[in-house]
Amino acid sequence: MNPVARRSAMGFLVTLGVMLTILFGAPHALDTFGLVQATGFAALAMFALSQGFIWGYGGVMSFGQAAFLGLGGYAYAVSVINMGDSTLPILIAILVPTLFAGLLGYFMFYGRISDAYIGVITLTVSVILFQLVNTTSGSQYRIGEAELGGFNGIPAIPALNKLGDAGNPLDNDGIWYAAMGALILVYATLRWVLASRFGRVVVAIRENETRAQLIGYDPRLYKLLAFMISGAVAGLAGCLYANWGGFISPTVFGLSMSAQVIIFVLVGGLGTLVGPMLGAVLIQWLIIEAGSQNVVDSNLGLGIVLVAFVLLIPQGLLPVVRTLLMRIPDFVAKARPARDGVSDPVRDARPAEVRP
Amino acid sequence: MDLAGLLTFNVLTGIATLVLITLGLGVIYGMMRIINLAHGEFMMLGAYTAVMANGAGVNIWVAMLVLPPLVVGAVGLILERTVIRFLYGRMMDTMLATWGISLGLIGLITTLYGNVVRGVSTPVGSFEIGRYGASLYSLVIVATALAALTGMFLLLRMTKFGLILRATMQNPRMAAAMGVSPDRIYMATFGLGAALAGLAGGVLAPISGVSPSMGAAYISRAFITVLGGGPAIVTGTGLASSVFGVINELVSFRTTPVIGDVALLVAAILLIRVLPQGITGRYLRRSL
Repeated sequence: MNPVARRSAMGFLVTLGVMLTILFGAPHALDTFGLVQATGFAALAMFALSQGFIWGYGGVMSFGQAAFLGLGGYAYAVSVINMGDSTLPILIAILVPTLFAGLLGYFMFYGRISDAYIGVITLTVSVILFQLVNTTSGSQYRIGEAELGGFNGIPAIPALNKLGDAGNPLDNDGIWYAAMGALILVYATLRWVLASRFGRVVVAIRENETRAQLIGYDPRLYKLLAFMISGAVAGLAGCLYANWGGFISPTVFGLSMSAQVIIFVLVGGLGTLVGPMLGAVLIQWLIIEAGSQNVVDSNLGLGIVLVAFVLLIPQGLLPVVRTLLMRIPDFVAKARPARDGVSDPVRDARPAEVRP
Repeated sequence: MDLAGLLTFNVLTGIATLVLITLGLGVIYGMMRIINLAHGEFMMLGAYTAVMANGAGVNIWVAMLVLPPLVVGAVGLILERTVIRFLYGRMMDTMLATWGISLGLIGLITTLYGNVVRGVSTPVGSFEIGRYGASLYSLVIVATALAALTGMFLLLRMTKFGLILRATMQNPRMAAAMGVSPDRIYMATFGLGAALAGLAGGVLAPISGVSPSMGAAYISRAFITVLGGGPAIVTGTGLASSVFGVINELVSFRTTPVIGDVALLVAAILLIRVLPQGITGRYLRRSL
């Protein structure tokens, strides 16, 4: 195993360990309110993973990721109200956004439109979904038993129950285990996807689409599949999000939702999976803290954070921290008085770091 | 017959509205390849300027047509100097930064004036098309849109500034070698685009609820019209607005305005699948 792969595997195991510790530790360490809040964080962290995957690794800038979150949430809400048992609705909540991403992605990637256009189209789609769901108030807009409820959304969504046992809903602890467990599973799966041949091709296309194409890969297909994976993850996040509050409204499709997830990824670190999750928890915590004061609108803060990060720290916090940590040994070595006239052959021979 | 007349009138108004809300975005995108996600909020600022000025006793026409472009143009210049100019050539980063500006402006206006819907009354009455009443104000919108489009065309075609502008966009280095400062031109273009967005906001203020988040109602239509139009600013905006305006109004007439927006989006996605560079990316390539 080469050093880079070893470090990457180490990072994966450490992250997994920390996440498992949180999974089993949180119910003991937190009170009920804290645990419910942590469940919400887990759902948003998964949402951030979907954006971090498609943007950081696929190089596709989705400005409307909230569309998939919302579709997942609504698909879960509608199907669980109709079916009663939550086992199948979870799958539906994943399937609907995946198919929608497939359809949308087909037009975008096979139309070979530029990255900026993809941003605009995804943004527009989420805005229009928001407006569309917003107008569904009134009892004529119903799917089976479920009234869509327009701007007021769908209240009292049944929570997850034990698999195949509709009469046995999960309590707060159970939903926490489900949400955090799903997050760990998704994280591990995405790591596996990225380590696989498919993932490597996706990253290769991000690095240089023309070259990847000349080698014989079809960038359109790989981008489409990556986009669908991202849609599936966002859909599952939407299902957990609907579960967390027992309520869903058109604001999940809203622009500030899409903006938030971009900020999660940007703040945490683009091109990592841990960064987006950390960013989600950090920013969401800040929003909750800021929400308790009523002087300044939280959008103002989000906007300033976004502009500041684009201008000053475009690579995000995690890569910056990692670089700083890696510099410590160098720094210590430099602080020691160097022997006169003797250069350090190892350090001098180290090739310059290549940045994409 | 009356109905056909009314429908034609509505379609014209729809096209004019699209032209108005798109032109500012089109100028910034066509000239600088920057997708300004704060466009809707620039419009919102224009509308607020109109409402505030009208409330302060300024003549309604001045408050609607003169002040918003000036105020928002100035805001655009300031933002260009403080944020955008550091990001030229980094398309994704400019999109993110302008989105940050958009959120920031929504937050700022909400903090200052509260999240309430305001309005100004339309300064003109209505007239009859056969059995149907139609608002005279729609004529104001059509006239403003025509004036803006014509003005833009004349500016680019007839003036020295327009020539320099086009030259800079075509080849900034060569223009710089000729003694033009591309930096200044970019600044002016961004200001111009912002001013046009302000004008749109001011003109549309009487017929829309003026609230901090009003921009979101327009941006989706504006963005897809710019994409559909392609690189030529005046022709592209005009053509795409005409195509999408007709679709939007006719579908809205049969169903609801929201379904009209959906039809607009579907039409745009189909169009972009066929013409990825927009209408003027394939046809009329030498137009302005």
